Amino acid sequence: MSVATHKLIKGATGDWEMVIGMEIHAQVTSKSKLFSGASTEFGGEPNTHVSLVDAAMPGMLPVINEECVRQAVRTGLGLNARINLRSVFDRKNYFYPDLPQGYQISQYKSPIVGEGEVLVELEGGRSVTVGVERLHLEQDPGKMLHDRSPSLSFIDFNRCGVALMEIVSKPDIRDAEQAKAYVTKLRSILRYLGTCDGDMEKGNLRADVNVSVRRPGGPLGTRCEIKNMNSIAFMGQAIEYEARRQIEIIEDGGAIEQETRRFDPNKGETQSMRSKEEAHDYRYFPDPDLLPLEFGQDFVDGLKAALPELPDQKKARFIAAFGLSPYDASVLVAERESAEFYETVLAKLADRARDGKMAANWVINELFGRLNKEGRDITGSPVTASQLAAIVDLIGEGTISGKIAKDLFEIVWQEGGDPRALVEARGMKQVTDLSAIEKVVDDIIAANPDKAAQVRDKPQALGWFVGQVMKSSGGKANPQVVNDLLKSKLGI
Amino acid sequence: MSVDAATVRRIAHLARIAVGDDEVPHLQGELNAMLAFVEQLSEVNVEGVEPMTSVTPMQMKKRPDVVNDGEIADDIVANAPATEGHFFLVPKVVE
Amino acid sequence: MTDLTSLTLAEARKGLAQKSFTSLELTDAHLSAIEAARVLNAFVLETPEQARAMARAADGKIASGEGGPLAGIPLGIKDLFATRGVRTTACSKILGNFVPTYESTVTSQLWRDGAVMLGKLNNDEFAMGSSNETSCFGPVGNPWRREGSNATLVPGGSSGGSASAVAALLCMGATATDTGGSIRQPAAFTATVGIKPTYGRCSRWGIVAFASSLDQAGPIARSVRDAAMLLRSMAGHDPKDTTSVDIAVPDYEAAIGRSVKGMKIGIPREYRLDGMPAEIEKLWSEGAAWLEAAGAELVEVSLPHTKYALPAYYIVAPAEASSNLARYDGVRYGLREQGRNIIEMYENTRAEGFGAEVKRRVMIGTYVLSAGYYDAYYLRAQKVRTLIKKDFEDCFAKGVNAILTPATPSAAFGIGEKGGADPVEMYLNDIFTVTVNMAGLPGIAVPAGKDAQGLPLGLQLIGRPFDEETLFSLGEVIEEAAGRFTPVRWW
Ligand SMILES: [Mg+2]
Ligand SMILES: [Zn+2]
Repeated sequence: MSVATHKLIKGATGDWEMVIGMEIHAQVTSKSKLFSGASTEFGGEPNTHVSLVDAAMPGMLPVINEECVRQAVRTGLGLNARINLRSVFDRKNYFYPDLPQGYQISQYKSPIVGEGEVLVELEGGRSVTVGVERLHLEQDPGKMLHDRSPSLSFIDFNRCGVALMEIVSKPDIRDAEQAKAYVTKLRSILRYLGTCDGDMEKGNLRADVNVSVRRPGGPLGTRCEIKNMNSIAFMGQAIEYEARRQIEIIEDGGAIEQETRRFDPNKGETQSMRSKEEAHDYRYFPDPDLLPLEFGQDFVDGLKAALPELPDQKKARFIAAFGLSPYDASVLVAERESAEFYETVLAKLADRARDGKMAANWVINELFGRLNKEGRDITGSPVTASQLAAIVDLIGEGTISGKIAKDLFEIVWQEGGDPRALVEARGMKQVTDLSAIEKVVDDIIAANPDKAAQVRDKPQALGWFVGQVMKSSGGKANPQVVNDLLKSKLGI
Repeated sequence: MSVDAATVRRIAHLARIAVGDDEVPHLQGELNAMLAFVEQLSEVNVEGVEPMTSVTPMQMKKRPDVVNDGEIADDIVANAPATEGHFFLVPKVVE
Repeated sequence: MTDLTSLTLAEARKGLAQKSFTSLELTDAHLSAIEAARVLNAFVLETPEQARAMARAADGKIASGEGGPLAGIPLGIKDLFATRGVRTTACSKILGNFVPTYESTVTSQLWRDGAVMLGKLNNDEFAMGSSNETSCFGPVGNPWRREGSNATLVPGGSSGGSASAVAALLCMGATATDTGGSIRQPAAFTATVGIKPTYGRCSRWGIVAFASSLDQAGPIARSVRDAAMLLRSMAGHDPKDTTSVDIAVPDYEAAIGRSVKGMKIGIPREYRLDGMPAEIEKLWSEGAAWLEAAGAELVEVSLPHTKYALPAYYIVAPAEASSNLARYDGVRYGLREQGRNIIEMYENTRAEGFGAEVKRRVMIGTYVLSAGYYDAYYLRAQKVRTLIKKDFEDCFAKGVNAILTPATPSAAFGIGEKGGADPVEMYLNDIFTVTVNMAGLPGIAVPAGKDAQGLPLGLQLIGRPFDEETLFSLGEVIEEAAGRFTPVRWW
């Protein structure tokens, strides 16, 4: 990674560089829990999605959900990571009321997925590669409510035992922009794979962010961990704040204490949660209720073969097949839904090779622009992929002009309907009939002899004539035909 | 290896067992007797030996992803010392 | 009517089938015996109503010819097995009045086959003990006494209630569990038959966990045949326990009477301890002679890591227990002691709820897993375990069919006699049995003789993985030769 890709912070004594690593907890998409048959459905009456196993009744035993294993392996493949054919579940022992067993079943020394990497794109065509250290499966704890009573906490185990993937990055991230882009990209990959819905508001994807500062390229500083960030925007603020806090302390001659912190979005600052002297001793050891998790390479190969096309591959294909700019291709693939929308438009086009790029422009500029303006997302678009494809078809085949197409788009947005039928019914067709256009062209040349004379010396003035003709035809004249006709009549 | 009184207190706290000052010397003696007993393992050559992870060599069976459990909130809280509306209650935890 | 409680399970099955008596009569006879034997403290909960209801149901099934293999047979259940709607405590204060809403797999299989539950049996708290003195319900009395003595002896542990009840004719058989010898040692102390099957043979689902990689359920009964009958119902694969093995359960009873001719019986050199009482020595050679007389071939074998089994066990078992017992925190069930905050609530609850032995083991287990000690203790012990298992594998690879050892280093001792100053003194009781748990093998204890004071002694046979049948065949040879031992009733 070159220094140019990231931002340094100016301190009183010189420049500082951030070193950021992340642990992302992503809820695995599955119907039932990691080790029990209770539902993973969000919400529900307290303790309804809870089995005897989840509540850690005496004598209960975990049985692993094969789907969670598949999802973890698929995610590993999506992160270009090493898949471990043998991994081990360990117990992480600590007491907390949201943890019924008194331990979390997790993976410590032998995770299911080893090293991988994520390509992260930044503004202005820059990109960085963030290494993935590991991915492991573990249980989500339950939920505690502290606002129902002044003296008591209420506990609900509905979420308890739902499978999480903990994805640990290497400390390869160097500023808040990269951190935000990394989470965005990771979330996108998970959503393409369908292994996590990425719903950060529900806490289905949350990040613990480790931040430290150092002199550029210098030795690593002491890090602090900001826990449970479930908003990408707040994450950026938290990192900026935390880095400045650490720099101030160091520049004032102090030392950073390794600790866990939380971000208060109202105050825009990070606050200490617990310090090192209370550090846990988790007493990890292999869970004797579970045998090692083993599968063959054929299992991995099968999952690999069935993997969907991921954003990086899709982007490359869009560029190669339709000549999209890397930027446009990135915009389209950023969200699984927009890529799917564009792909559906492509599938419906009469001539994909000819109009694929135009379709991309329409999706990005007209559709996304309009959706953004109204604060809607692609899944709520009033213009369907079929309708948009029909509009692009009409332009591509020369039935309507680009200008008319914008009017047509507006009608479809407002009223719906079949674009082709609308063009027919409302007389929006482009005039390509030579004789009809010829009359208009002749009239305009005749009415502007001085301009016609000029144009022979200044061919750029042709544009004025084109505009006039288009205007008097109500935008319906085919611009190419008008152009050709004017050129021959004006003798250029 | 043997443990001192501070270690006994630290272990008791890790295990969440309240231990009175008067109990510490006794516990310390017992734990040290056990540690002295297990000390003889240090004479075994375990170089290159795999730790036992499962007594029976077999593949772990997996469960299909079906919802076939839960919806027994009454059972879940049936033995609880303190509940309200199917929630478990504990002294307020300050986070 | 003749005393129905003195029948073996096999005899009772025959009597029920021939309509010589009903299950209700058989059950009532046992319920009366239990009432009369409360001084033994074998039962911590009697369930007469339920017993009679189950007996009536069994009688109905027997009458219509639908009776299962254990139809109408009254059994006692160790209080470590969760029984739906019936208080289950593991004999710990911390479980308080815990009433499971579920039934353990093992007991549900017994009820499936028609057995009748008389009540819940005493055991060492969380099965941690070798004398049944750590139970929150108090110690269990052994129906055996030294000749000419009125002193109450321990029945062994942790399945002391099971062994005592079976020996005192309070139930026809009992469930038990064995983590380091907890079936075989009390069986030896009470002249009953106890088998710990291969790890994975019985489901652990619904059994209060002590040490997950060592715990295994098995029966205690009055004869080898009875034990075989019970194990057949208790064993079997359970999808709810992924450490249970998916191998068909044989008809163990069919192994009884099968010839043992030509079988190679290993006599392990390392089990000949310094200072071993002469009567144990004598019992062992007698047992060997009986097997030889039946056509088996005796071979001296070596299990070089034997002496490390007990110390390794006292790392592995407490480590697993410290984690398994973390769920007893006063939040979801059981005892809760108040505190000024959540941490104090935990600490007070666990200080009040756990007995001394449990606390000691939870603490040592916590220590050996704690930061900086894991490799030196737990990891090393698990490596030693691999070596112990390999010793047995090498032995079996040389064609040895089973290994014969004493079951215990002594006969039963008096309540309060052992382990007062040094816990290790008590732990040495399991010196012959614990290797079997460490290696996950099956082991059976069969009564074989008496010591000079008239107390029963047992022999242990250790088998190949999942070859419980051979143990039943050989066990019966010893049983036939040694004869049956019944305590003189004093209670
Ligand atoms: Mg973490
Ligand atoms: Zn985690």
